[in-house]
Amino acid sequence: MSDSFNHQHAAHCETGVMSAILRRHGLDISEPMAFGLASGLAFAYLPMVKINGLPLIAYRIPPRMIIRLLSRRIAGLSMEFRKFRNEEEGMRELDRLLDEGQVVGLQTSVFFLPYFPQDMRFHFNAHNLLVYRRDGSEYQISDPVFSHVVSTDAESLQKSRFAKGVLAPKGMMYYPTSVPAEIDFKRLIPKAIKLTTRISSKRSPMPLAGVKGIRRVARKIEKLSDAEPRYANLYLGHIVRMQEEIGTGGGGFRFMYAAFLQEAADIMASDLLAEAADKMSEIGDEWRLFALMCARMSKKRYGDTFASIAGQMNKVAQMESDLYDLLSTYR
Amino acid sequence: MKVKDIPQDNNSSLAGETKVIYARSDSGKIETAQTSGWDVEAVVLEQAIDEIHRQTKEAYARAVAGRTSPLEFHMYNQRMDLAMLAQAVGRFQWLVRRDFDPVRFKRLPSERLKRYADVMGLDPDSLKKLPEDYV
Repeated sequence: MSDSFNHQHAAHCETGVMSAILRRHGLDISEPMAFGLASGLAFAYLPMVKINGLPLIAYRIPPRMIIRLLSRRIAGLSMEFRKFRNEEEGMRELDRLLDEGQVVGLQTSVFFLPYFPQDMRFHFNAHNLLVYRRDGSEYQISDPVFSHVVSTDAESLQKSRFAKGVLAPKGMMYYPTSVPAEIDFKRLIPKAIKLTTRISSKRSPMPLAGVKGIRRVARKIEKLSDAEPRYANLYLGHIVRMQEEIGTGGGGFRFMYAAFLQEAADIMASDLLAEAADKMSEIGDEWRLFALMCARMSKKRYGDTFASIAGQMNKVAQMESDLYDLLSTYR
Repeated sequence: MKVKDIPQDNNSSLAGETKVIYARSDSGKIETAQTSGWDVEAVVLEQAIDEIHRQTKEAYARAVAGRTSPLEFHMYNQRMDLAMLAQAVGRFQWLVRRDFDPVRFKRLPSERLKRYADVMGLDPDSLKKLPEDYV
């Protein structure tokens, strides 16, 4: 079974994997739809969690949540999630499932995957991929962020499944045990949008999330003029990397969410959602401009200042706030 | 962003691969498209890699001078920092920092050495040594 795998290139690993798993079991769902139904969009600023001395900034809900929320929300979908204490057992179980013809999702560390270009290999432990076949000790992989299928040896795969540290995968693997024939979009779409607006709007109970989180980072950027220039550059660069470089589909997932809103507008025949999609796409453009300003800043041209960059971020915050207000009127 | 405005800047970090980006087609539909990279991404990635490089170089110089152990050099060289390494081996940061002492590091129990080596993806023997040169 599964000699050829219908590989599809995606922007983000988690949504790409879920979309591919479901598609394989006959449930056609696009990457943006998987992202939107999981209420994947967010903004989070966690100054207490440091990565190389820089605060954690994310443009989506935490890793693993997209998969978990989707499997909880879609009626009739049940997923089996397994972790392993024993590495050999984890590999044996993977082999057994592959031999049965199952396609298995894995949580892995990017650092140990040899098919990643050297410059992209960081210690990020929550990368998701699909293994669809084993040829001896070679594993055939559909990694959603690559345009083609890839493969890796057993040793590298084992290392990457059992990498230690923050978000350690602990050999996590997952596969569906039952997949419904269709999704009740009319029920799920409003529900998913509601949670997204709750998390991110100005009325959010969380001061570090959504619009409030963006404004807080903007205030922090204003104060960077007093910081050491090297730190200031790294700080801005770090935000941009989380927004663009790590596979977000551009504009920190905003373009992908706009695609979801557009798809949702068609399904629900809603003018409000169509309007929201256009606005979200414009917001993505403003995020791209913000990234451009940050990168230019380090080159000391074009006259960008910390104040102007913070101003751009506040502008985005206001646009997002208005959009969430609009979306919160959607029933 | 329109499909025709997607940057195609051939980022070297992608090593010839492409990424998916969502953009607006002429009909107004937002759909997937390919990008070979964006200069902005190249600039910020280079900054991050330069910073790791700077720390690695500094640790190398100190290790050669006998002021730190090869462990600290390899930590940076494998793109980790103290917090990450401590978390990965499940020890307090101050305990890991103590193993940066060259004298102490030489006497490290082989079991702990192996643990450090494992989380960095190295073998214990190469962890004990410094490369001939690091530029």
